[in-house]
Amino acid sequence: MREPLIFEKSREDRRGYSLPECDVGRKGVEKLIPGNYLRQGRLGLPQVSEPDVVRHFVRLSQQNIGIDTNFYPLGSCTMKYNPKVNEDIAQLPGFTRIHPYQPEVSVQGTLQLLHQMEILLCELSGMDRVSLQPAAGAHGELTSLMMIKAYYENKKEERDTILIPDSAHGTNAASSNFCGFRIIEIKSNESGVIDLDDLKDKMSQKVAALMLTIPNTLGLFEPGILQIARIVHNKEGFLYLDGANLNALLGIVRPSDLGIDIMHFNLHKTFSTPHGGGGPGSGPVGVKRTLAAYLPVPTVEKNSKGYYLDYNRARSIGKVRSFYGNIGVIIRAYCYLRSLGKEGLKKISYNAVLNANYLMQRLKNYFYLPYDQPCMHEFVLSGKDGEMKEVRTLDIAKRLLDFGFHPPTIYFPLIVKEALMIEPTETECKETLDAFASAMIEIRKEIEENPSAVKEAPHNLSIGRLDEVKASRQLKLRW
Amino acid sequence: MIPYIPNTEEDQKEMLKEIGAESIEALFCAIPQNLRLKTDLNLPSSLSEMELVNELKGLSKKNAHLDEYVSFLGAGSYDHFIPALLDHLSGRSEFYTSYTPYQAEASQGMLQATYEYQSLICQLFQMDICNASLYDGATALAEAVILAHKVNHGKEVLVVKSVHPESRQVLTTYIKKTLGLSIMEIDCQNGVTDLAQLKEKISNDTSCVIVQNPNFFGCLEEVKKIEEITHQSGSLYIVSVDPISLGLLVPPGEYNADMAVGEGQALGSKLNFGGPYLGIFTSKKKFLRKIPGRIVGETIDKEGKRGFVLTLQTREQHIRRERATSNICTNQALNALRAVIYLSTLGEKGLPKVAELCLQKSHYAARRIYQIPGFEPTFTSPFFKEFAVKCPIPPNKINKLLWDNKILGGFELSRLYPQLQNSLLFCVTEKRTRGDIDRLIRLLEGMV
Repeated sequence: MREPLIFEKSREDRRGYSLPECDVGRKGVEKLIPGNYLRQGRLGLPQVSEPDVVRHFVRLSQQNIGIDTNFYPLGSCTMKYNPKVNEDIAQLPGFTRIHPYQPEVSVQGTLQLLHQMEILLCELSGMDRVSLQPAAGAHGELTSLMMIKAYYENKKEERDTILIPDSAHGTNAASSNFCGFRIIEIKSNESGVIDLDDLKDKMSQKVAALMLTIPNTLGLFEPGILQIARIVHNKEGFLYLDGANLNALLGIVRPSDLGIDIMHFNLHKTFSTPHGGGGPGSGPVGVKRTLAAYLPVPTVEKNSKGYYLDYNRARSIGKVRSFYGNIGVIIRAYCYLRSLGKEGLKKISYNAVLNANYLMQRLKNYFYLPYDQPCMHEFVLSGKDGEMKEVRTLDIAKRLLDFGFHPPTIYFPLIVKEALMIEPTETECKETLDAFASAMIEIRKEIEENPSAVKEAPHNLSIGRLDEVKASRQLKLRW
Repeated sequence: MIPYIPNTEEDQKEMLKEIGAESIEALFCAIPQNLRLKTDLNLPSSLSEMELVNELKGLSKKNAHLDEYVSFLGAGSYDHFIPALLDHLSGRSEFYTSYTPYQAEASQGMLQATYEYQSLICQLFQMDICNASLYDGATALAEAVILAHKVNHGKEVLVVKSVHPESRQVLTTYIKKTLGLSIMEIDCQNGVTDLAQLKEKISNDTSCVIVQNPNFFGCLEEVKKIEEITHQSGSLYIVSVDPISLGLLVPPGEYNADMAVGEGQALGSKLNFGGPYLGIFTSKKKFLRKIPGRIVGETIDKEGKRGFVLTLQTREQHIRRERATSNICTNQALNALRAVIYLSTLGEKGLPKVAELCLQKSHYAARRIYQIPGFEPTFTSPFFKEFAVKCPIPPNKINKLLWDNKILGGFELSRLYPQLQNSLLFCVTEKRTRGDIDRLIRLLEGMV
């Protein structure tokens, strides 16, 4: 049964709150604030009892699937298990009940955690400094591009261009444009990686940076990474790493050894913090020494008295958000890294890559695999196949829901037609991967034998396929 | 053995056999040998769950937290009451372990909750449209200014100095370098916008005027007069509000704000040392196709049943790439969920009650403080839950003494406003009891 909107459950004089009476000798509101500042009439908020609120949101939660309920192989999103102990630790009052403007001496625990988190991220990436402030991956990109821009302005060099591969995440281009850069696209070659000749042609003294995702969004490592770095560095540009796919590289390669100068991490992907149904995330930025002076303020530093926030950084780009970062998210990621330790990191990447290759192997005889070679943490199939009888990738995705699986990322990367981008992560067991493979193979058969079952999916959920065209044509964005 | 990795050695062998690879290392063949790490990273050893909990509890105890101290500190981060059901409901892992709801049929819970969030915020703000959230109040304000520039191409931005200093700093980072706009700051008179100066500085080149209400000093701005001045010059009007205050104060839609943003932390998010918080973004309908971030819309399934989807996605980066209206991908969905649960729980009558408790208690505290010899109001403009006090002794000394008595004192305004040397900005929320306030008063009395 569909759950009504909270407004539709409202009844006059029901209430869900319990507040104390005013204990200070109440004065008429108009004696405290002139009438013209005061709101007249109703607010238009619902009136529901506490059990109404609880049942409403519990029912809504039951109409949502997450990693805790289902396999969620959403490519490039690294939907791995979110350890429960990290949730508990992040909720300790010593972490949640502290104010951002409390005296520094009274928040030494959190400052120490932030300081240590920076050191851990530096060690595993080979970067010299890390800012934990950005709230999301795209915010990390934006912060980085602002730093790069400030660097060249300081050098009085005019560099107005960012190079972005055609397989890149959309945020790379959007963040570059936000910063006022011109974007030039670099082609992928027939093996799905950077076309070095195209890069050589387009690299110039006007280019501020090349933004790379490694492994790229096809799940492929750039075999020519050292040449790529040389081409970019020879013209004194920066090599940027979009760290969305770092789950394949932990403890195996350090970005600095690939020639990366600046990068962002996605704590909500690689480092197991829950994605919250869309956020909050955390997108720390790591840099080599050359760019360290430009990091946003404040940084967390340590002296003989303890840890402190440093605002005194002359070349900093300034502040990129209020206060110091999505601290609650950073605490979870720190817990995760400490649980893994040096012994665990490599196991993450090993098993993420093993799981992806296994699933690819199970599926490649049933679906078209445009780049048939060992993959890293994810792989991309194409729903574009002559025998598919008008069934589209979207249909396959919706049919997967009937089998109890969240679909992969679809229609991305753009260089694969009808793409299905599959990232199982290391926290799934072989039985789950086998069940998913069986479902995909079953769907492949249905496409031959009973395509309408696929085209009209989902069939088994509380709601059928939703009309997105109607949603955008007849806009209804509020109750 | 890491409990989060299910593969056993036997599993790995079977999988490798199926793949036809000799070892897991062999799967990394694309990475040149010379690039691979030869040794383990220099990281601490792994911790068991018990060891981890002990270590992190130890760290958390190095913080002094507000279950132990009584807070009179606000300044953009507020210690409001959070009903117990919030943690239980937003802690449902069907919500918090899900991703952005790209697959609508599998994400109806989060989508409906977000649609309700948009609806509740539109109601509360009396604005036409609301997005699914941005990072925080400061970045929401910066995004509004960027939108204003896209609409009218004005070259300068007027921002009042009573807008939160962190928001103004973020604004500078966001728009000065990227759009090359100039930012002019308007001074305050008696804690609120100097209207004469605003009139003087506004021009045809002004893209937008930005005010905060209640402002950083807690004072109420003359929002209607500022609206007239702003619109007369053809500029856009951007207001940043405290959503709790809207339980009592005139909402931005009623004084014709073009965009209204706010820090939504007060709606059920914890202090968290400054994040994660909630960026609220609303605007007039006419800017719909230019607004940043995700939006949820209502639709129907093939049988006509109501359902919800992400809509207007052609504005967004994953479709439009460099022509997108913003680069927002991950936002603060879980904080928006907390806001919708908070607003549903408080509802029509609870929110005004919270707002009035803040108003009554802060005014009681102010009256009592001003009775102490030497303490006087820094400003006499009307205020909501925060007020600045001119002190007869240095504010840092006062705060030190209060701290020694388990009270977190006010914000020392001279940190960000050098001309306000002896002023402390106190905040009193509904959580402070008469006992708390009277103890504050006794301590202050003891200092003079």
